[in-house]
Amino acid sequence: MNRLVGRGFQPITSLTKPDGTRWSVKEKLLLGLTPQDYMAVQMRNPFNWLLWLIYAIGLPVLVGRFIYGLGWATHGSYDYPWGLFLAWGLFTMVPLSASGFMMGTTVELFGRKDFKPIERLGLLNGLLGYLFAVMFLQVDLGQPWRLIYPMFVSLGPAAVLFLVAWHVATYLSCQVAELVPAYSEWMGLPKAKKAIKSIVLGLTVAGIILSTLHQGALGALFTYAPGKVHPLWYSSTFQWFLFLNSAIFAGLSMLIVVSTLSKWFLRWRCDDNFKQNLDQLTVGIAKGAALALITYLVLKIIAIAHDNKWEYLFTGWGQWYVFEIAVGVIVPLILYTRAVRNESASLARLSAFIAVFGIALNRLNTALITFNWKLYQEVPHWREVVIVITVYATYIVVYRAILARLPILYTWKERS
Amino acid sequence: MKKIDRRIFLKGGLAGGAALAATGTAATAKGAGTFNGYPNSMGVLVDLTKCVGCRTCEAACNKEQGLPAPDKPFNDTSVFDEVREGGQKRRTTEKAYTVVNRYDVEGREGGPVYRKFQCNHCQEPACLTSCFVNAYKKTPEGAVIYNPKVCVGCRTCMVACPFYVPAYAYSSATNPVVKKCIMCYDTRLKFGRPPACVEACPQEVMTFGKRTDLIKLGHERIKANPGKYVDHLYGETEVGGTSWMYLSDVPFEKVGFDTTLGNQPIISYVKDFLGMVPVVLTVWPALFTGFHLLANRKEAKKKEEENKG
Ligand code: SF4
Ligand code: SF4
Ligand code: SF4
Repeated sequence: MNRLVGRGFQPITSLTKPDGTRWSVKEKLLLGLTPQDYMAVQMRNPFNWLLWLIYAIGLPVLVGRFIYGLGWATHGSYDYPWGLFLAWGLFTMVPLSASGFMMGTTVELFGRKDFKPIERLGLLNGLLGYLFAVMFLQVDLGQPWRLIYPMFVSLGPAAVLFLVAWHVATYLSCQVAELVPAYSEWMGLPKAKKAIKSIVLGLTVAGIILSTLHQGALGALFTYAPGKVHPLWYSSTFQWFLFLNSAIFAGLSMLIVVSTLSKWFLRWRCDDNFKQNLDQLTVGIAKGAALALITYLVLKIIAIAHDNKWEYLFTGWGQWYVFEIAVGVIVPLILYTRAVRNESASLARLSAFIAVFGIALNRLNTALITFNWKLYQEVPHWREVVIVITVYATYIVVYRAILARLPILYTWKERS
Repeated sequence: MKKIDRRIFLKGGLAGGAALAATGTAATAKGAGTFNGYPNSMGVLVDLTKCVGCRTCEAACNKEQGLPAPDKPFNDTSVFDEVREGGQKRRTTEKAYTVVNRYDVEGREGGPVYRKFQCNHCQEPACLTSCFVNAYKKTPEGAVIYNPKVCVGCRTCMVACPFYVPAYAYSSATNPVVKKCIMCYDTRLKFGRPPACVEACPQEVMTFGKRTDLIKLGHERIKANPGKYVDHLYGETEVGGTSWMYLSDVPFEKVGFDTTLGNQPIISYVKDFLGMVPVVLTVWPALFTGFHLLANRKEAKKKEEENKG
């Protein structure tokens, strides 16, 4: 597509064609190309070939998981009830999707309208992350068709997971509502947009409450296993706050990462407003991330001091812990700080990639790697890995498809 | 009884929204940890020194619970040599709610120690408090039972159980649920009869009785045989106390018991989070709406000044 635009092709940015007639839905779905051109564009993209390869292997395995059960797709471990599906799909995806409530808060609540060009990307990143976290959950649940049980059939309100279930469900609908404006512009339904505009503050505040609680709750889930998670990754007092706190820079860093990827690979779809403001906004986000990182670092140290766990630092696990903190927290903290001081967006981007890696490492450490540290190390079954890659690939496909169409990276042309 | 009442109250008040539900979470949590079990709950005292590793109890459980045939027959002692990942001994599975393991303890007269183990039926069970569909129930008789009809298969109870007890029917694609010992509740305990494994044991390793009586009995036995037993009744206080308790003549950690669990019920570790939930729910809306007004007032002022200037 980048090449097509280079040759003078104009992507859709309004309801009407240059000659004044309206785009049909089909034309909009095909990005304003003829079906032949559309196919040609798809075939030319080497990334799509990779996706086909992933699906060729992954889809049969994914289907097999539902036919033959979890025992076929995973090691079916009794000691490691949670495997990669949740460690990656839930515990890592959800913090990386905290960008939705962060951006909503910044723009709608604190009135920082200068972040507007990237607000919708933040919201979309949040929505899709949560949506696919639920997908991963559905792959992992023994009986996915009972997903609504905790809501309507048999309630266990005293459990932390109960709170997670309710909040993620409510928050998903919140996020859908927050993105209705983008969809309504694209479809030409101005009424829906107006309706949302009138409740946007309520949605944003709800988003903050729900996010605070369920991001924290994901951490609190591990407080049920005091003897199983390694003490360095465990804190009965601070676990929820550590998870919430790290979700803030995780979400912000992920936003920088996707905006960077969009800038590179979907350049044709970004309008000037987005492209010209992006560097400055990236630095702005970096500032927020740096603040969250320093708080997190201090808290991590307090958590260790509070329970007097210093001696663990001098074990093998301790080295692994220091590695995680050094690479996942201190390095991005330094890079972000320098990026802010020098107003260097590219440095902030580098930092964002590292921070995302760091947060993934932290969640995998808590849920899988240091879990059962007294027993043995579980290495996920290859089918489990294939399924995770397949579902994640679908996440990328959906993400890309929406970015190419709805007004996320560009501003819709009519006032509605 | 306190806990049950609270539960019923919550269920009634919970018909509606998520916010309400979350408040409920905190309300229950505050009370948690103060529940000391039903006064007349039953239990089992296991004397490890008497067990000879005949596995009769395993066979009895298999039959009583209608479990599938085992891979090796119950009189096959080669199972004691089995090692799983990380050099671990056998554990409970979806096909076996109780297992007996052999521990070679150096310097012990009379050979190895055999240890039967199954769900300990905690006073304040971690599995129960972590379940988000409320599938578990601690009955007044002391058993921790569960309702497989509502089990969603999130497996949080398996994460939460400090004794690694609940197993999961991974082999089933259509109806996988959690699987564990229910103290023979449906078929025996409910009617006041001892569990099948207890009754089947030819060595009378296990004593069935009121938990309070068993605690007394345990300590008496320790006192009556000076130097024989370790002066500790495992399960009397661990994670808030369990219905099944153990006597041993070798240190418990040498025969597969986790002695680092502490005396707090697992839910007490979760309380810091649960206690903060209502705070967020009540304070956040006001706080952030306030921020919003503040931020926008500044902006409005700025505009005003710009207009003036
Ligand atoms: S031993 Fe485990 S499964 Fe049994 S009641 Fe206690 S927490 Fe639940
Ligand atoms: S109490 Fe019943 S279910 Fe539990 S191990 Fe014994 S026989 Fe099996
Ligand atoms: S039946 Fe009794 S003696 Fe035999 S293994 Fe079981 S507990 Fe030990």
